Amino acid sequence: MNKWEDNKAWFLVLPVFIVVAFSAIIPLMTVVNYSVQDIFGPGQRYFVGVEWFKEVLNDSRLHDALWRQFLFSGLVLLIEMPLGIGIALLMPKKGWGVSASLVTIALPLLIPWNVIGTIWIIFTRPDIGLFGAAINSAGIAFDHTASPLHAWITLMFMEVWHWTPLVALLAYAGLMAIPEAYYQAARIDGASAWATFRYIQLPKMRGVLTIALLLRFMDSFLIYAEPFVLTGGGPGNSTTFLSIYLVKVAVGQFDLGPAAAFSLIYFLIVLLFSWLFYQALQNVGKGEER
Amino acid sequence: MARIEMNQIAHSYMEKPQGSDDYALKRIHHTWEDGGAYALLGPSGCGKTTMLNIISGLLRPSEGRILYDGKDVTDLPPERRNIAQVFQFPVLYDTMSVFNNLAFPLRNRKVDETEVKRRVHEVADILDLTPYLKKKAAGLTADAKQKISLGRGLVRSDVAAILFDEPLTVIDPHLKWQLRRKLKDVHEQLRLTLIYVTHDQIEALTFADQVIVMYEGEIVQAGTPQELFETPKHKFVGYFIGSPGMNFIPCTLSGNEARVNGFSIPLDQKTADAAASASGNLELGIRPMFLKVHGESVEGGIPVTVKLVQDQGSFKILTLQLENHTLQARLPEEHSLPGERAWVTFPADQTKLFADERLVG
Repeated sequence: MNKWEDNKAWFLVLPVFIVVAFSAIIPLMTVVNYSVQDIFGPGQRYFVGVEWFKEVLNDSRLHDALWRQFLFSGLVLLIEMPLGIGIALLMPKKGWGVSASLVTIALPLLIPWNVIGTIWIIFTRPDIGLFGAAINSAGIAFDHTASPLHAWITLMFMEVWHWTPLVALLAYAGLMAIPEAYYQAARIDGASAWATFRYIQLPKMRGVLTIALLLRFMDSFLIYAEPFVLTGGGPGNSTTFLSIYLVKVAVGQFDLGPAAAFSLIYFLIVLLFSWLFYQALQNVGKGEER
Repeated sequence: MARIEMNQIAHSYMEKPQGSDDYALKRIHHTWEDGGAYALLGPSGCGKTTMLNIISGLLRPSEGRILYDGKDVTDLPPERRNIAQVFQFPVLYDTMSVFNNLAFPLRNRKVDETEVKRRVHEVADILDLTPYLKKKAAGLTADAKQKISLGRGLVRSDVAAILFDEPLTVIDPHLKWQLRRKLKDVHEQLRLTLIYVTHDQIEALTFADQVIVMYEGEIVQAGTPQELFETPKHKFVGYFIGSPGMNFIPCTLSGNEARVNGFSIPLDQKTADAAASASGNLELGIRPMFLKVHGESVEGGIPVTVKLVQDQGSFKILTLQLENHTLQARLPEEHSLPGERAWVTFPADQTKLFADERLVG
């Protein structure tokens, strides 16, 4: 084989290299660059090594934000996955109801994220909001700007309302792809509705549910716009998630070094957990094979 | 085990069927005897699967009743009918082991676990699945998967009949034969009623004692493979069974003879008697292998032109032109080939007469 001809092939992947370089590697490297330097102004910078990483890892406010973030993502997955699957199971499988329910369910996904925050601010306002005024006139003092618990409840409701449809749509697509013969065989085998779900529907939805889980984990872990608009991270720091804190550090205090170090750690956490979830779901129930 | 009676069954997928064209099944009246091996043969869309789903209870027929051993089961769901069905594509519970797959129908029916174990091992033995029992069903080959689907039917001791809906479609050709053999074995061992849907005539003819040919929602003939071959009751049977299919040429009648383009072709006494009362569109039918081809003019021979000779190995297929009609003849390998001109004769006992597509006599 002629080696020179083989080398020519590199020119064919060059465009991809360039695109990936500009879209991912160069931006990432600038962040890496910031994370190891202390920058006072143009031309005034010092190499500080891993100093920023140490500082960030010892920042107790960041620790708080991290645990808050895990709690939030954990709750999101625990609520949205089963709820989404449940909705998908209840959705009509044929007839005019299919498109009607699909459109209705997809509506929250079509709203810009900061508008979602605004909608929920108004919706839960104790004086004029449909929900806020109703529940307050029922005698329950509900105000997400005053109580951390109420802020979390509002946030969870907003999040579940906003994103469960995505899980439902993916699960529905998975359900619709199951051939009719599986259901027929299950009926002949005398399978109960639960057994049909457990041994046919759930295993057949594994692929789409993996995607739903990963998307929901990443999105909820990186959530910014909705809580920023709704609570601004408050009351106190009770809804200050990682990204909100990051923006405070980077833009509010203009500490680019720690913010860059923080971003990299943030990125690695998301990557690590996504990988763990993916591996876990790919291997679930495959123990006995071969 | 059971005798399955289909009593005036008709089915339409529409809510308000108008004419007979709206029916997928048109008034089927048929009995499946206990322990028989049946093949349900017909082209795609003729209603075979509809019929199968009605027997198993996946579909409720629009009209008519279905009886198992004289008991009306029309309104019973499939899980209460003691029926097993094997589908075109292997249906498995792929997160379960082979053992659990086979045990599934029993466990759903709350059968005692020692009995489950006994039955599963028994069935695995019959189907040569024992070495795989502990494996995941998902990793197996298509034929093993199809055997598991079949096994899920066989484990139930009370099963009345097993329905196969083109079960060999996804099986490699060299394994098809083996698996079909296995089905035959299972049938001989257990004497279950087997109903086997296929559009492959060879599969149907080798598998079944009785072949039921369906066409456009009707049973056009039920009989042994030999009966179907020798006396097709319907033009479709003649055309669908045998390779190549039966020759058909329009004809008229005069006394005991059929006339085609002015040539006369003698009919046997039985056909001629029945023909007297026949009306409608008349056609002669003859199997290519019964058509006699002569190299020179013979008594009563009809002159034809030889258009094409196809060598099929052990036999040859001749395409012949009789003025405006095309005929095919199947000659044994050693038979001498005629030149461009040939003469054909129609043996009276193998020459059938069809009126409006149905056999006369």
